[in-house]
This record gives sequence, structure tokens and C-alpha cells, in this order.
Amino acid sequence: MTPPVSPPREPDALNVRGLSHRFGQNLALDNVSLAVPRGAFVVLLGPNGAGKSTLFALATRLYDNVSGEIRILGHDVRRQPMAALRNLGVVFQSRSLDGDLSLQQNLIYHASLHGIPRREAKHRAARALAKVGLGERAGEKVRALSGGQARRVEIARALLHDPSCLLLDEATAGLDVASRESVLGMVRALVNERGVGALWATHLVDEVGAEDAIVLLHKGRVLFSGRGPALLALAEAPNLRAAFLRLVGSERAGAAP
Amino acid sequence: MSVEVASPRFGLAGYATCFAGIAWREVLRFLHQRERFLSALVRPLVWLFIFAAGFRQVLGVSIIPPYQTYVLYEVFVTPGLVGMIQLFNAMQTSLSMVYDRETGVMRTLLLSPFPRSFLLISKLAGGVVVSLLQVYVFLLIAYFWEIELPIIGYFTVLPALLLCGLMLGAIALFMSSVIKQLENFAGVMNFVIFPMFFASSALYPLWRIKEANPLLYEICRANPFTHAVELIRFAMYGQLEPVALAVVLACTGVFLTAAIYAYNPSKGMLARRGEAG
Repeated sequence: MTPPVSPPREPDALNVRGLSHRFGQNLALDNVSLAVPRGAFVVLLGPNGAGKSTLFALATRLYDNVSGEIRILGHDVRRQPMAALRNLGVVFQSRSLDGDLSLQQNLIYHASLHGIPRREAKHRAARALAKVGLGERAGEKVRALSGGQARRVEIARALLHDPSCLLLDEATAGLDVASRESVLGMVRALVNERGVGALWATHLVDEVGAEDAIVLLHKGRVLFSGRGPALLALAEAPNLRAAFLRLVGSERAGAAP
Repeated sequence: MSVEVASPRFGLAGYATCFAGIAWREVLRFLHQRERFLSALVRPLVWLFIFAAGFRQVLGVSIIPPYQTYVLYEVFVTPGLVGMIQLFNAMQTSLSMVYDRETGVMRTLLLSPFPRSFLLISKLAGGVVVSLLQVYVFLLIAYFWEIELPIIGYFTVLPALLLCGLMLGAIALFMSSVIKQLENFAGVMNFVIFPMFFASSALYPLWRIKEANPLLYEICRANPFTHAVELIRFAMYGQLEPVALAVVLACTGVFLTAAIYAYNPSKGMLARRGEAG
């Protein structure tokens, strides 16, 4: 296996520059910039209401960004949506599988949305499900799965069309500790193995690894961007939890969802 | 691994795959929801078995095209009930599209790289395919109730059904995107389905209405649903009603454009009234 070559001018998996968005009077995102290079795992850390979901909504074109730009593998989401979306995989916070359909049917449907014909879709689905440890259960209904297993299917689905950029919005929401660990570990492994750039949004400090790149979002603004040790230094805190609380905790009370 | 360049996945075959996938999922989902299938069938059958049987004594229907002889009221009302099936189905499909918009299911669809207008039309068309299943099962049951169409009619009605289904879907999607008050199905029943259904030629011939109330007659003639029903009625007998076809085509075009605009997250009404979590 040759390691993926990464010349300096290769575009980032995700690049956000000067992004602002408001809902009525409320400025949900204020001049946000961040980058997720290919093969990187970046944690988007922020309390509820920080603007993480708005950022995801804009990146997936649920709303149009009013100012600033979002590029996926160099393609502007607004101007070249086809090229941008082709390279994007997303795991949403809310459940988005069809409970009545089987795992395989869910994946085939998703593949068709990316123009992948049925026969190839079946191969890909089998491989993807095996990868997340659910190969045996392809024919079962999604309804029969546990929360953690359903999440793993959603991750398999998000990678089905070989995207370069993977967005995960609170992907461990509602999971028990063991499932959370396994989902997080799985995404980290996939990022390493496939050279995908992943943006992992969470409000849980314990999901941040010591060496992870962190973007700290609060009230729509980027408070910090860098590695863990630099964050500790900035907040003058002994650990990440203390640093997080010091930077955002004092103002948390009454934060709007 | 190399970066993928302009793959054939997004050519014409890709569009076909995408469309087939969306329609296939609609059908699968529908088949899994037995209650929905049942209620979609029971509703027109109640009208046919009970209402029409009682009404037959009250209302004589004279010979009007496309009928060549006196027909029983049940025969007259059948195209109207077929229209009703499509109307309900269109409303259900479109309402779910609007209210699922923020949840993962609809967002997953909108993540597809194909143009949004194509995705929305495919989704509406998927709903139409579901309505076809309902209609043909209904016609089969009606056949044993001695409502027999000419054999050719079962085929010629198909394009009419496709077109009418798409028109009703577009109208429904447009209205539920724009009018915020249509929050639940009860509101839709009161303000959309009932007025469209009753102020049309579904239950009684228009000349009857003209005798009773000229104003209502004009309203009925302006109702797109009337033209959908007439298109279906004539198509059931292998005939084409040009005025109905023209109106249905025009309405499909206008409402489809408006619905796509109203629904499109980046441009439409929803973006302005939207509020993210």
C-alpha cells in the first residue's frame, strides 16, 4: 500500500472561511473559519447552541450561507453544489435510517442517490457493513438494531460513496458509554485508513483525544483553534475539561438551544 | 487511491439510478405500512359501496360524454374516487416532505449531488407510483362490484393518472410549503381536500351544478381537480379530453415550478421562516 501523497496544494477536505449566518436577530455564526485537511480528525467542540448544527446545515445546503464560503475538496458548496456534495458524507444527529427497511435496503437507497447502480451498490453495502461489524445482519430491519448499531450503519452509509470529507454531528448522542467508545474508535480508524477528513462535532470533552486538533465554538464564534496542549496553556487549566469550563462554562447558563 | 474524476455515475444513467432508487423506496415504505394501504383503500370503497349506493336513487345521470348509455351513479363516481385516492396520497406525500425537512430522512435526500429540482420531482413521482398501486387495487375491487371499464381503458388511464398525480403532488407541496397553517392533516382535510373534492365534477356532473348554482359552477370549472377527474374519466374510456389535458399540463408546470421554488432551502419561503436548532 502506498501512503496517500499529500502535496501542499491539495485542497482541504473541508475549508470554511469567514462564515456568518443569522436567523432574524440572532447571529448564529459569526465570522467562523476552520479547516479539516484530508486524513485529519478535527473535533468541533462547543456547548449546545454554540452554532455547530447551523454550521452543518450550511455545509449540507439546508440553508444558503449568507456570507463567507464553505469549500469541500476545493468546491464551493454554493457555486458547485454537485461537485461539493459528491465528496461529502454526513452523519446527522437525528436518526435518519428507515426503520421498516433492512440495512441493505437503506444502503442501496443511499447509493442510488449518488448514482451508484444497484449491483455495485450491493457489493459496496456488503463491504461497508462488514467493515462496521454488521455484515451478518444486512437483511434485518433497522428497527431491530440497538442505538449504537444504527449509528454504525449510518457511518457505513456516509462512507458508501467514497467521500473525502466526513461530517458527524453529535454522532454519539443517546449512546451508552461502550457504544460511544466503539463509534468514536471506528471513525478514527476509518479516517486513518482511508485518508478521509473528518469533522466530529460534540459537546462532550471526554471525546477529545490528547493530540486531536480542536476547534472550540461558542456563541457562534471560534474561541480557539489548535491542539490540546495549546488549549490548556490558553485557559491555564490542568486538563481539557477545566479548560473547556473556564472558556465557555461561566457563560453557559441560559444559552439558547 | 486516486481522486475520482468526472465519474459516469452522474450522467444520464446516474439520474435514472437515482430516480429508480427514490421511487423504489417510496413503494417499499408504502408496502410496509399496512394501515396506510388499508385506509387508502377503505376510504374510496366506503364512498363506492355506501354513499354511491344511496345516492343512486337521488341522482339520475343523463347521457353525457364519454358515456354512451345511461350509467349507474357508481360508474359515474368511480373516476372521482380515483381522483380522491390520488388527492389524499399527494397530500400525505407532500406534507411529510415538508415536516420531515429538518429531520435526517429528508436531509439525507437533499445530500444527493443531483439537482434539488430533480430530487423533488423524483420524490413526488415516487408518491405517484404509490398512488398507482392504490388506484389499480381499487379498480380491481370495483371490477367485482360490476364497474367494468373497457379493457383498453385500464391502459389508457395510466398516463392520465401519472400526470394528475404529479399535478396534485405539486399543488400539495406548494401549498404546504407556503401556508404555515396547514400544520396537521385535519387542517389539510378542511381547507384543501374537502373544498377541492366537493367543488369539482367528482361527485356530480357539472351541468347539474350549473342548474343549482351558477357561481359554484364557475368555481368548479376553475378547480384543477375537476380537470384531473375529467382527464381520468375520459381516459378510462380510451378518450382524450383536450381541455382537461391542457389545464392539467399547465397546472403541473406552474405548480411544480412554484413548489420547487417554495421548497428549495436556499431560496424559498421556508428559508425565511426557518429556525435551526
